[in-house]
Amino acid sequence: MRKASTADADSEVRQARQVRSLAREVAAIAALLPGVLLAATLCFGAPADPSQIPSIFRPQSTPANSILHLSLLVLAITGAIFAVVFSLLAYSVRKFRQRDGDDGREPAQVYGSNQVELAWTVIPILIVLVLFLATARVIHSIQDAPKPAGAIEVIAIGHQFWWEFRYPTLGVVTANELHVPASNPANSTPTFLTLLSADTDHSFWVPQLAGKTDLIPNRSNHIWIDPQETGVYLGQCAQYCGTQHAKMLLRVYVDSPQQFDEWVREQKRLWVSNDTVAEGRRIFETTACVNCHAVAGTVADGRFGPDLTHLMSRDTIAAGAAPNTRENLRAWIEQPDSIKPGSLMPAMQLNEKDLEALTDYLETLR
Amino acid sequence: MSSESIALGTVIESARPIGERLHDWVVTVDHKKLGILYILYALFFLVVAGIEAIIMRIQLIVPHNHFVSPQTFNRMMTMHGTTMIFFMVMPILFGFGTYLIPLMIGARDMAFPRLNAFSFWMTAFGGLLLYFSFIGGNGLYGAGTAPDVGWWAYAPLTSRAFSVGHSTDFWTLALLVSGIGSIGAGVNFIATILCMRCPGMTLGKMPLLAWLNLVVGGMVIFCISPLTAAQIMLCIDRYLGGHFFDTQAGGSAVLWMHFFWIFGHPEVYILVVPAFAFVSEIVPVFSRKPIFGYPIMVAATIAIGFISFSVWAHHMFTVGMSAYGNSFFVFTTVAIAVPTGIKIFNWLGTMWGGKILLRVPMLFCIGFLFQFLIAGLTGIMLGTAPFNWQLSGSYFVVAHFHYVIVGGIVFALFGAFYYWYPKMSGRMCNETLGKWHFWLFLIGFHLTFDFMHIPGILGMPRRIYTYEPGRGWELWNLIVTIGAFFQAAAILVFVVNLLWSLRKGEPAGNDPWDAWTLEWSTSSPPPDYDFATTPVVRSRRPLWDLKHPEDPDWKYE
Repeated sequence: MRKASTADADSEVRQARQVRSLAREVAAIAALLPGVLLAATLCFGAPADPSQIPSIFRPQSTPANSILHLSLLVLAITGAIFAVVFSLLAYSVRKFRQRDGDDGREPAQVYGSNQVELAWTVIPILIVLVLFLATARVIHSIQDAPKPAGAIEVIAIGHQFWWEFRYPTLGVVTANELHVPASNPANSTPTFLTLLSADTDHSFWVPQLAGKTDLIPNRSNHIWIDPQETGVYLGQCAQYCGTQHAKMLLRVYVDSPQQFDEWVREQKRLWVSNDTVAEGRRIFETTACVNCHAVAGTVADGRFGPDLTHLMSRDTIAAGAAPNTRENLRAWIEQPDSIKPGSLMPAMQLNEKDLEALTDYLETLR
Repeated sequence: MSSESIALGTVIESARPIGERLHDWVVTVDHKKLGILYILYALFFLVVAGIEAIIMRIQLIVPHNHFVSPQTFNRMMTMHGTTMIFFMVMPILFGFGTYLIPLMIGARDMAFPRLNAFSFWMTAFGGLLLYFSFIGGNGLYGAGTAPDVGWWAYAPLTSRAFSVGHSTDFWTLALLVSGIGSIGAGVNFIATILCMRCPGMTLGKMPLLAWLNLVVGGMVIFCISPLTAAQIMLCIDRYLGGHFFDTQAGGSAVLWMHFFWIFGHPEVYILVVPAFAFVSEIVPVFSRKPIFGYPIMVAATIAIGFISFSVWAHHMFTVGMSAYGNSFFVFTTVAIAVPTGIKIFNWLGTMWGGKILLRVPMLFCIGFLFQFLIAGLTGIMLGTAPFNWQLSGSYFVVAHFHYVIVGGIVFALFGAFYYWYPKMSGRMCNETLGKWHFWLFLIGFHLTFDFMHIPGILGMPRRIYTYEPGRGWELWNLIVTIGAFFQAAAILVFVVNLLWSLRKGEPAGNDPWDAWTLEWSTSSPPPDYDFATTPVVRSRRPLWDLKHPEDPDWKYE
């Protein structure tokens, strides 16, 4: 009796020690992560404005929404698999770990079991079938959605390193900032985009509106969006396209139907001649600017760079790399590399006076 | 079976002049020396590509950082990916295969020793070509640059219009040349395993490592060939006026993607199956039980080998395939999870009811099991096409495949290092340093790659040299970069351990782990001829039979 109780006490002490050491390990790991998080939060001060975070978990359009629902199903299934398999792993390591004072004998040698093998083959096959059917349904609902009569058509063309947007039925051309009307369930006005590329591969990705689709030369791809909340949705090129892939940013403005009609009217207005900037206009039209840029109603009709007819209606320049202010515009013309090193816009080597005049002219392109 | 040796002359190795010893290593056709050459060569490139990764992580530590230029960043990302896949993970796995296969099947060398040497030197030459681009990339036009087209080198970025100079050509030639080396290694694996087994070792009695490498050999032949063909087509485009991928002349960018990924996805399994092989050898020994379900493990591996050739376009869900095309590749992709899952369950079944010894090789294998499970599950997420439309091309994918390659393959590799180092060097690795290595690397790995999933979900694309503030990405990028430094520290501990143990490690003896396969029956390191007399086996665990004559395996198999 006495002997047995000593052994019990010993094993209790040993267990207690093991538990303590395990607790210490867990505490160390648990302390490390929040410590890192806290330090990082302190470094960065206040967190970002949540409405500016392009999270795939805050969808604002039907395709992004269907994807989210599928994602939640997939996450639930994979989460359950993780819980089961991880528990088995953790349990085996804990339970079957060789203890101190082991008798040194080999454990029972088990070579396998056909029943068990069959079970863990058939169950995964069933899970795979469920996953496949659910996925195929969502693929079909997004890719084969019919185009309603009220749909807006846009041709998006990827360039190194900016976006060209053409509205063939509305006669509007713009760049980098896509405007679309908000759609409502009663009177659906989705936007159908045809995706083309002028040079290398790009990818159109605005996570809150739809999954990404590539823009590939010699190929036309299609996606659609039907955002219902007005606002600005951020995205960027998601297929490596060259030096400035990082600054090929994308902004989608979802306007109310009235705002959108107003925007279209403004975009179709031609430039009104203005004598105070005649010198700037002369510089623009007699230097290489016109080889790449267009201003509707003037001799400038280049298509290599963004259409500048309504440059000042846009919030950003250089594909979202900088806010559209006078200083940035001037800096961009003087030395594009200061904002976006490796962009294809050359430095125009203008003197101070010409630079001012040219900036004055560009600021009239409303 | 084995402590015998053959007297081959009396010169003591360390007494010979260093020049002569180095010369031996250069002209050797011995599988053990070539295996070690592969491994050392790959470790060198691990450090090089690791430094490239650290450069990228420093650049991304804060938004709008100016640590390196966009051009440099793009080169670093291309070189990091290309180097790690082709000149680190592949050669190191070939190295272990070359070293271990003859020893485990009771042969004295590979089937084609000279082809073996040729394969290694081709691979080595490929790596040198790639890195020569740093000094010769732009030919006479400038100081030279490395390629900057990404490791997939998607057309038309590689056409002459978008890639001037010769940097892309160095990339192409490096892969072409090392690909020939890889095919040579694949052929040699197959021939050796099919023809050189010792008496009694039927296919069903081979160690799993040999079986898995047989499958890898087959996959290498079928998947490196399309890559090689594509590289030749690209050369024709760039130098002979061809238009396979030249979109400005009507070529197809998508064609390159198909060629690349019909190579690229089986490649993932070429890398991970040898890692499965290590785990399948280490887990039984440290659980003191035979592998659970040997025939199913073999069948699952063969199934993976075949199915892996039907999943490539899941890398292309965003290129605008039809709904039917997308659905087909969803099916094959989630289907491959079944044999992979079977493997995980069988490793767990091996541990179940065993006596698990938590030595360093086993710690790394448990790390492998945990991380490979998560990698597989994020793989399923990416395999469901609509979810993929969001996650593909984002940092989520980067986190996913690093989970496979680092969390899975590299962990298994480290396990293999600690397990077979005594055999290769004759000395044990230091256990304390090994544990430091394991824990540091585990913490670094999880800091880096767990948190890397999050910016992907928040819309951060991969391959960007900088990012905008205010999108909720800053914190995660900071943590990821901190984790990278932990990993670098762990690698430092690892290298110190390898060097220290080579001199000061405890002598290992023939069989330090009380293991069961043939390589442990010969001396450590093995003599040039591996086995003095050809072994004869009767079961999958010949040394178990020897140690337990009262209860041998061959009675049950």
